[in-house]
Amino acid sequence: MLELFKIALRNLIRYKRRTLLTSSLIAIGVLFVLVFIAASSSFKYLMIGQITDSMLGHLQVHKRGYMASIDSLPLTLNLSEKAEKKLEAAIKDISEIEAFSPRIKFGGMFSNFIETTNIRVNGVYPEKEIATIPLFLSRIKQGEKAIKKGEILIPELLASGLKVKLGDTVVVIATNQDGSVNGKQLEVGGIIESVTGPGGRDGYIHIEDAMEILRMEEMEISEVAIRLKDFSKLNKISSQLDSNLSQHLNKQGKQVFDVRTWEKLSPFYNIARMIDVMTIFIKLMLIAIVLVSIMNVMIMAVFERIREIGTIAAIGTMPEKILSLFLIEGFSLGVSGAVVGNLLAFLAIFLINIIKVTFNFGRQSGLVLTPSLKTGDILFVSAAVILVSVLAALQPAFKAARMEPVDALRHV
Amino acid sequence: MSLITANNLSKIYRTGEIETQALKSLNFEIEPGSFISFIGPSGSGKTTLLNLIGCLDKPTSGTLKVADVLTSKLTRREAAAFRGKNLGFIFQDFNLIPVLTVYENVEYPLLIVQNIPAKERRNRVTSLLKTVGMMDQMNKFPDQISGGQKQRAAVARALVSNPKLVLADEPTANLDSKTAFMVIDIMRKMRDEYGVTFIFSTHDPKIVGEVETLFTLEDGKLTGRSNRKGGSHA
Repeated sequence: MLELFKIALRNLIRYKRRTLLTSSLIAIGVLFVLVFIAASSSFKYLMIGQITDSMLGHLQVHKRGYMASIDSLPLTLNLSEKAEKKLEAAIKDISEIEAFSPRIKFGGMFSNFIETTNIRVNGVYPEKEIATIPLFLSRIKQGEKAIKKGEILIPELLASGLKVKLGDTVVVIATNQDGSVNGKQLEVGGIIESVTGPGGRDGYIHIEDAMEILRMEEMEISEVAIRLKDFSKLNKISSQLDSNLSQHLNKQGKQVFDVRTWEKLSPFYNIARMIDVMTIFIKLMLIAIVLVSIMNVMIMAVFERIREIGTIAAIGTMPEKILSLFLIEGFSLGVSGAVVGNLLAFLAIFLINIIKVTFNFGRQSGLVLTPSLKTGDILFVSAAVILVSVLAALQPAFKAARMEPVDALRHV
Repeated sequence: MSLITANNLSKIYRTGEIETQALKSLNFEIEPGSFISFIGPSGSGKTTLLNLIGCLDKPTSGTLKVADVLTSKLTRREAAAFRGKNLGFIFQDFNLIPVLTVYENVEYPLLIVQNIPAKERRNRVTSLLKTVGMMDQMNKFPDQISGGQKQRAAVARALVSNPKLVLADEPTANLDSKTAFMVIDIMRKMRDEYGVTFIFSTHDPKIVGEVETLFTLEDGKLTGRSNRKGGSHA
């Protein structure tokens, strides 16, 4: 076998320019695919991180039916204190859950006493909220990085629109569950970075202030955001929690709780899916490049060496060895292209990380792309390139192996 | 006992509706250790006959026995194995493998075809390279040596697997007289030393003058056989 490798490699070296061009084409293909995968993954996970760690959390639990009416933030579909206790118990049973944050969400009016606009208010326990969405504090652009009683954090677009500054007194008015209206004066304690998506108009207050505005006598929760210790276990934990909560049924015999991962809560999931689909197409393009280039070069190799094939067949070389000889050539081209492509991709990604490429996403600017290669991607791309190289060499190799020596020797 | 026996051996080539009878009911026997040549004008069937004897092609009718094997009945794989074990080939254009050195070319049949152990391979290749006077060229590639040297390397390759029979199609056609005689001498020496049968297909008078038996082919028919004392150039 080693001897066949030696002959195959020498044959590749014999046609230096052709081998170099084909290997380079494959290497460039591998380079682009790996850099694309690394960069798009970096973008995707950066965005997922931004969305989950600064707003949504990894998972959310609501009362069943709440999500269908999310636009109106219905107070009638809040979880009762009793239900919330059951939910907390189920959450605490799962050791992989790092933190959780109960929230009261409601829609209200925001006024600076001159102008009024609508606002979505989140009443939260500050410590629990920060533990669940640790990037939240980094969104506070002005003011102390905290959520205090009697204060409200408002999005910067709202602040600039109503010309509200830090320390100003504002009033939040909301309709309560019984239909009455109540308001509370709050001090602007912080201005937070607006985010792209449905959370862009969210203000934050202490949960006890929310209860006061809504005149709640008992705690009622709109949602519980959950953070996992390991994000990669998202689906597993989601299923586990859903299963743990499935025993709690309402009077109609239906499940009380509705567990959703971030994917079902953010429109960015569709963008993430689109990135995945684009990655598949890019991989298919690479396969096409490798297939065509290797097949072309191997057909040429067989055509140019017909007399040689005739000679080695005449002196008794078995057809399978002739087949192997050409398959090894295809394999070697694939391996060399994959190895060089991987090295170039490592170099390119290293350079991108040094240069620190930044990009803007919606209202967020200066996000730094930090591409990195996963072993799985490297192995998949390399294995695909090598496998396709061998498959592309198969047809020409079969042709060579099936050649009648007498015809091959006659070939001019 | 004959090394080769041909009975009513015929070969017809068909191209569309046109039939060309290349060989017409040949009957002959060749003894082991012979040094013979088939001669005849172009198109007389010399190369076709050599291809049949060399199991590179199959007769249309008749039988051909080589080294006690009915080669006309061999499958493709059996024919390849038979060639590797029993036959050696020398070609007009030398047909050395360009990516292998002289040593590696001679070693090829032992390594790739017969899987002979390394030590025995080395001994047999070195011995033959010494015999054909190519030891000093053994690390050169075919494009670095002359035509005569190429043919000497090809002779060594044909003999390295200890074949019963070597088939040489116009082996001196691309060589000058001096080199041609040198190559013929080497082949005769090999025959004398190892008892290998050499069959040539040629119309080169240099070979014609050297062989011991001459078969004449005309229009696919054997028209003559003459036994003679070879080695006239000496």
